[in-house]
Amino acid sequence: MAFGPYFLLATLEGLVTAAVLSLMALGLSLVFGVMRVVNVAHGEFYMLGAVLAWWFSSLVGGHPAVGFLLALVLSPLVVAAIAFVAERLVLSRLNYEPEATIVATIGLLYIIQQLALTFYGPEARPVEAPFNHRISLPWFGYSAYKLSVIGFSILMMLATWVLLTRTKIGLVMRATQFDRETAQAFGIPVGRVYAGVFALGAGLAAVAAVLIVPIQQAHYLMGLDPLLLSFIVVIIGGLGSLRGTVVAAVLIGLSDGIISMFFSPTLAKMLATLIVAMVLVFRPQGLFGAPAR
Amino acid sequence: MTRLSPSAKSIALHVGVVLLLLALNVLLPEYHRGVLARVLVLAVFAMGYNLAFGYTGLLSLGHAMFFAAGLYGAGLTVYHLEWSVWPAFATGLVAGTALALVVGFLALRTTGVAFMIVTLMFAQVFYLTTLYFTTYTRGEEGLVLPQAARVLAFPGGVLNLSDPSTRYLVALALFALVLAVTLFLARAPFGRSLVAIRENEERMRMLGYDVFANKLASVVLSGLVCAAAGAAYAVLFGYVGSGFAAIQYSILPLLWVLVGGAATTLGPLIGTLFMFYVIDTASSYTTAHLLVVGLVLIGVILFFPKGIAGTVRERWLPWLP
Repeated sequence: MAFGPYFLLATLEGLVTAAVLSLMALGLSLVFGVMRVVNVAHGEFYMLGAVLAWWFSSLVGGHPAVGFLLALVLSPLVVAAIAFVAERLVLSRLNYEPEATIVATIGLLYIIQQLALTFYGPEARPVEAPFNHRISLPWFGYSAYKLSVIGFSILMMLATWVLLTRTKIGLVMRATQFDRETAQAFGIPVGRVYAGVFALGAGLAAVAAVLIVPIQQAHYLMGLDPLLLSFIVVIIGGLGSLRGTVVAAVLIGLSDGIISMFFSPTLAKMLATLIVAMVLVFRPQGLFGAPAR
Repeated sequence: MTRLSPSAKSIALHVGVVLLLLALNVLLPEYHRGVLARVLVLAVFAMGYNLAFGYTGLLSLGHAMFFAAGLYGAGLTVYHLEWSVWPAFATGLVAGTALALVVGFLALRTTGVAFMIVTLMFAQVFYLTTLYFTTYTRGEEGLVLPQAARVLAFPGGVLNLSDPSTRYLVALALFALVLAVTLFLARAPFGRSLVAIRENEERMRMLGYDVFANKLASVVLSGLVCAAAGAAYAVLFGYVGSGFAAIQYSILPLLWVLVGGAATTLGPLIGTLFMFYVIDTASSYTTAHLLVVGLVLIGVILFFPKGIAGTVRERWLPWLP
């Protein structure tokens, strides 16, 4: 293959990564933005979404699309419910104190990971894609499913954006983010808003995971790399800035796809991590974020 | 009977703990002595972490890199350059201290959550580096140091570090030294100013303290102690692997210090010992020991945010350092 098609392939793969990554990072960013909680267990909600997707899709027979759609609906709901309960039982009792919540979510990470290992096992299992159509480009055929992942992610992000900016729920969430105490004084049930946001963030990670399982398999350790990547995306985009998150996800997804075509993946990860750490050191508000108030 | 002053009481307690540990060398059965030797070395790691997290209030999620720097500094020089233990151990210390200086200098420009993520990322880069140079480090599989190389030369003779009793005593010596240093620091003006920075950074700055320099000194000292633990682990147990640089080994010292009690001198030992035996006991019933770690983390942060030694100090022994 000449350089051009090779580059196109790398770009397409990068866009798929970017699409899934931005959904997951959006969840992390929402939780941090509204609750000021760094959710270290976010990667495990993603893993849980993937594992549940396998389980739901293996429950029903028939056309693979049936199982996949079932997983796409149920898996994020179950994950969101688990996150909701975890928030009520643990995080709310810690008063959202940053360091305590980090320790608690690390504990949550271990619990979810261990339960997945115990009940799901150490194997990696695939979910069959809902359709196997290939779009033939002049140089190579490309999976239509991967393209639809990009499309669906964009839809999900638009939906989240509408939810945040055009609905009552979004207004309540933004009010809570802006000033927790004033919001409470105006009768907003801040505790329930926090639980809802935490559940929504986990649900977004689960949606991202369901979308990815037909491409990558479900495995109980699959959460760590996306978690670090999401941190990177959220930081580069500016903590709490949704627009920045999406731009950064595309940037990171594309450069990840393209760099790993030309360098060894370990070296690529090393460089990317180091660069992001330096961004955080010298520009703590991120590339797109405004300086802290 | 004359009443002892708080300072005499605490010195007596610490000497007593060290003497008790010394006696355990002959009292304990072989298996538990082996476990305790490992716990002592890892408790040194936890004490190093405690200097940054407990006293200075710097929540780092990257201390595995300092431990691993000591581990690799000592292990690689023994394995590849066939150095003897003394210079190899020193190399480990220098590697960890230098790394802590650089990382501290960069990471301390940030605070709070950003500090945590930056240290996590630096540690991840270090971990990936050990995987990238897999020709020298053999990655996750690791290196086993030959027994013949693990001897400590003295003017009067040699100590064979692979002998269980010698190993225990050397681990105890390192532990006692670091315990003495921590006790001294906790009472010295430097340690007091670290605690004051943890409690109110702005006020300390206003009082004319150089907060950045104090924090940097705390991170470097913490890195030095962690590296000492890592280097000791390499020469005492003869195994060097990437697993010790992974994120789990950044979280474990946090867990040990939290369980034992942050900013207490004996907390790291209590926490490490407690978690080791909890996991040991749990593993005999179930393979799911990570579940226990997770539950203990959440339980401690919910119900005992001050840890075991911290709770004891609060309720019964206010003089406990």
